[in-house]
Amino acid sequence: MLMISPRMATGMQEKQYSPSLLSFFIYNPKFGPREGEEEKKILFYHPSEVEKNEKIRNVGLCEAIVQFTRTFCPSKPAKSLHTQKNRQFFFEPEENFWIVMVVRNPMVEKANKEGRPAATEYQEEELLDNVYGAVLQQCYSMYKLFNGTFGRAMEAGAVELLTQKLEKFFYRYLQTLHLQSCDLLDVFGGISFFPLDKMTYLKIQSFVNRVEESLSLIKYTTFLYNDQLIWSSLEQDDMRILYKYLTTSLFPRHSEPELAGRDSPLRPEVAGNLLHYGRFLTGPTNLKDPDAKFRFPRIFVNSSDGYEELHLIVYKAMSAAVCFMISASEELGREFCEQLDGLVGPQLTLLASDICEQYNINRRISGPEKEPQFKFIYFNHMNLAEKSTIHMRKTASVSLTSVHPDLMKILGDIHADFVRVDEDEEIIVKAMTDYWVVGKKSDQRELYVILNQKNANLIEVNEEVKRLCATQFNNIFFLD
Amino acid sequence: LGESFGDNHYLELCESPVQFENASAVNNVFFDEANKQVFAVRSGGATGVVVKGPDDKNSIAFRMDDKGEVKCIKFSFENKILAVQRTSKSVVFPDKRSLKLLKSQSINVNWYMYCPETSVILLSTTVQGNVLQPFAFKNGTMSKMSKFEIELPAVPKPAKLSLSERDIAVATIYGQLYVMYLKHHSRTANSPGAEVVLYHLPREGPCKKTHTLKLNTTGKFALNVVDNLVVVHHQSSQTSFIFDIKMKDPDSTLNIHLPVLPPWSIHPYKIPLTGTSCYSSTWSVFQPDIIISASEGYLWHLQVKLQPVVNLLQDKGKLMDFLLRRRDCKMVILSVCSQMLIKGDKGNLPVVATVFDKLSQVYKEYLEAEQSYTTAVESGASRASTVHKRPVRTQAVIDQSDMYTHVLSTFTERKDSSHKFVIAVLMEYIRSLNQFQITVQHYLYELVIKTLVQHNLFYMLHQFLQYHVLSDSKPLACLLLSLESTYPPAHQLSLDMLKRLSTANDEIVEVLLSKQQVLGALRFVRSVGGHDNISARKFLDAARQTKDQMLFYTIFRFFEQRNQRLRGSPSFTPGEHCEEHVAFFKQLFGEQALMKPVTV
Repeated sequence: MLMISPRMATGMQEKQYSPSLLSFFIYNPKFGPREGEEEKKILFYHPSEVEKNEKIRNVGLCEAIVQFTRTFCPSKPAKSLHTQKNRQFFFEPEENFWIVMVVRNPMVEKANKEGRPAATEYQEEELLDNVYGAVLQQCYSMYKLFNGTFGRAMEAGAVELLTQKLEKFFYRYLQTLHLQSCDLLDVFGGISFFPLDKMTYLKIQSFVNRVEESLSLIKYTTFLYNDQLIWSSLEQDDMRILYKYLTTSLFPRHSEPELAGRDSPLRPEVAGNLLHYGRFLTGPTNLKDPDAKFRFPRIFVNSSDGYEELHLIVYKAMSAAVCFMISASEELGREFCEQLDGLVGPQLTLLASDICEQYNINRRISGPEKEPQFKFIYFNHMNLAEKSTIHMRKTASVSLTSVHPDLMKILGDIHADFVRVDEDEEIIVKAMTDYWVVGKKSDQRELYVILNQKNANLIEVNEEVKRLCATQFNNIFFLD
Repeated sequence: LGESFGDNHYLELCESPVQFENASAVNNVFFDEANKQVFAVRSGGATGVVVKGPDDKNSIAFRMDDKGEVKCIKFSFENKILAVQRTSKSVVFPDKRSLKLLKSQSINVNWYMYCPETSVILLSTTVQGNVLQPFAFKNGTMSKMSKFEIELPAVPKPAKLSLSERDIAVATIYGQLYVMYLKHHSRTANSPGAEVVLYHLPREGPCKKTHTLKLNTTGKFALNVVDNLVVVHHQSSQTSFIFDIKMKDPDSTLNIHLPVLPPWSIHPYKIPLTGTSCYSSTWSVFQPDIIISASEGYLWHLQVKLQPVVNLLQDKGKLMDFLLRRRDCKMVILSVCSQMLIKGDKGNLPVVATVFDKLSQVYKEYLEAEQSYTTAVESGASRASTVHKRPVRTQAVIDQSDMYTHVLSTFTERKDSSHKFVIAVLMEYIRSLNQFQITVQHYLYELVIKTLVQHNLFYMLHQFLQYHVLSDSKPLACLLLSLESTYPPAHQLSLDMLKRLSTANDEIVEVLLSKQQVLGALRFVRSVGGHDNISARKFLDAARQTKDQMLFYTIFRFFEQRNQRLRGSPSFTPGEHCEEHVAFFKQLFGEQALMKPVTV
């Protein structure tokens, strides 16, 4: 399929306003069914300073829209509402619990010549439903990771406890939402895997198994290097959200000079006669501190009988980070932490330098590092593996992309097309300013390529993508 | 000691000793070290001589005239010539023979010692007797080897013969010739006890003192070498020490060895009527492993029992090192492996890893030797100058099938081992094999997959495949395909694997067709350049099964075009068996939809 992208920003003398969060609320229509009790339905409302009646009005509107649209398709209630100024996203994660996110459309403010007030123009078609719908679902998943389901809080302490938990969690979480930089990667919610040779991988396996054998309290272990996953004994869905938390929240907060050399503020710990660089990213910051606290964040993961609550211990040495998960019913104190530190610290330090060395060898073999010729995003639904040469390293605040937002939007559109059909297909889009965007779907895999070639024609673009598949993806089965 | 610990006697006398008439006033007994034969000479031979060898089923019996007391009696090789010595200066051959002097050496000799295995004779020279001059016999020639001096504990004044042949033994250990010197405790020196000093006697080059075996006790000793172990019998304590010269104390740079195991007595041998026998004062000990009790009329070979060692050597790494160097080690090693997996103590995995690595090392060395032998034979068949010796596969070579059959398959089936531990052990074995660059056999991967699938650990399996821990192969890809119904992603994993194998294009086509991805299959065949050779009927069958008329049309048209291109006509040949599909096509789209022949 070939499409011509109709627009590309050409604006001058304009002021651009990114999309931003207008409001975010959670309600349950069953909690205040009678007139005059509507406020009881509202479990959380951001911004909290909004006047009570307006809150009630907005919630009531959403309720009405959802109810109304349900008559057309009972199995698939409305997911979003488009208006000129904003877009509302609805999500019902648990029965009768609704989360609503209202995002203001991006705006362009055009300077006016004759001193008259500037005219604002809302860009109604800019936001992608699938991107922001995914962001909304991620909000819930993240809440659930640290608090369990809404239903669990209701069982444990009724509405009071639930509202408390929602307040506590979302107050901070919403500040970390960066709606202006959401894109296709949010839809995928993928995991970046660290490329590694078999032998080093087996060494990591061996390490994980030994630690789990010695510290039998440990139920699950995950191993990451350079913020990329290498091993997880946690199930895929749980890993996906934990990975999101680690890479967008925990690791950026602790980013320090990685390879701790002599100038580094990090001092190696000495355990026995072994030097090591291990430290806790959750729990005690300094084991030597007599007042150190041994409290770890709790997380909830799926288990055969519903969910289980776990302590999340994140331990890092140089670029290698390991998460150990232990049943929350276990008491963890100084003794355990010291034991873990003494056991894991030296081994992990050694392993981290092994991985680093191996990685450098592999890089040397594959040739000098050069700017990848192709800008692409790859995603595999089977193992959630994602790979992007479009995105720079994600930081705590923003994810930087190296391509124009308009191209990113085309990627999102192509993906939306792929979702609609089951079969494998390929879409090639000619964008403005010499850009070609190619989307390929083969079985469970999706590949998006952005090419910038002057005067290229369709056949050449097709050939170019074939070449990319042959070089970058020669070890997987990709139908062409 | 309870039953479970069993018997700690790690040395025993062989079950079927050579029996002969015990030495008495009328019966003299002689032993020939070269042929390992015992001679029982009754009444100077007049009433009979009975000769028994270690392997001979039949003993030799004869009579000879009593011409005085026999001092020594021996057969030549293969019992051809009998030699009898009755006086210190003459040897008699019962048949008339002539002897020729081939070579002579003029040396003052105190005593001599001959090692039949290596055909080396040692001569004790000088006043103190501690300078030893070895000669080697080979193909009828005698060559002088470099002489060497045994360090005596104290130099007597005035000088006198101080080195007795009783304190010297010659034996082959790990294929090398050693002179063993039993150095007694010296009253003047402040040493804690006697020691055995080993001098390595190479074929070429000087002899060097190489090992010291510490006994830390005094008294009467005797030496044997069994299965490359030096056995030192201590009469007063009725125990024996064993030393392995390859077992090195990592802290010591000198080659000083302590006994491998605590000293223990030889397993008592039950002699009918007279009771049990052990460490009798009438015992004589011969090299390498012979113990003779002349008074009881027995010749035994000393043997090492490995099973008791397992309980006596707690350090599993050391134990493996020890066992891997023994002759009949395979079953013991395999049972040690099984045992260590059952116990499942905490911190067991590092031990398991050490043991696996030791096995892999020996296994790899054998594979490499085998490999270089094969290449040498293949490349050097014409150049016959060097004779290639096929490497010997000793019992210490424990391969993957041994491990699978005797250890891993039973271990994975045990109900009491946790799946976590099972997977950890399997991965550890695979790691070890990989570390030694040994190709892992398919059945090990199968075992891993079986265990993971049994416990629904598909995500783990997925990750192992993602990092190619389970190496690609057609059987593995097929196994994955079979898992698709329980774990759908296995389909993708399998296709990827077939793609990487690059020799499995036919299988890929089959997989795609079975999924009714007819167009995908056709495009794949085209991408690998095989579209001129594929069976039209197979694709048309598959296309028809999809009940998608447009798909059928497309596939049909593709083959019509192929026919046109290859044969100049769009119609199918009878050999393609497509008549049924042509009819179906006409029925669906009409006769006129068939492609018209293009004439050039």
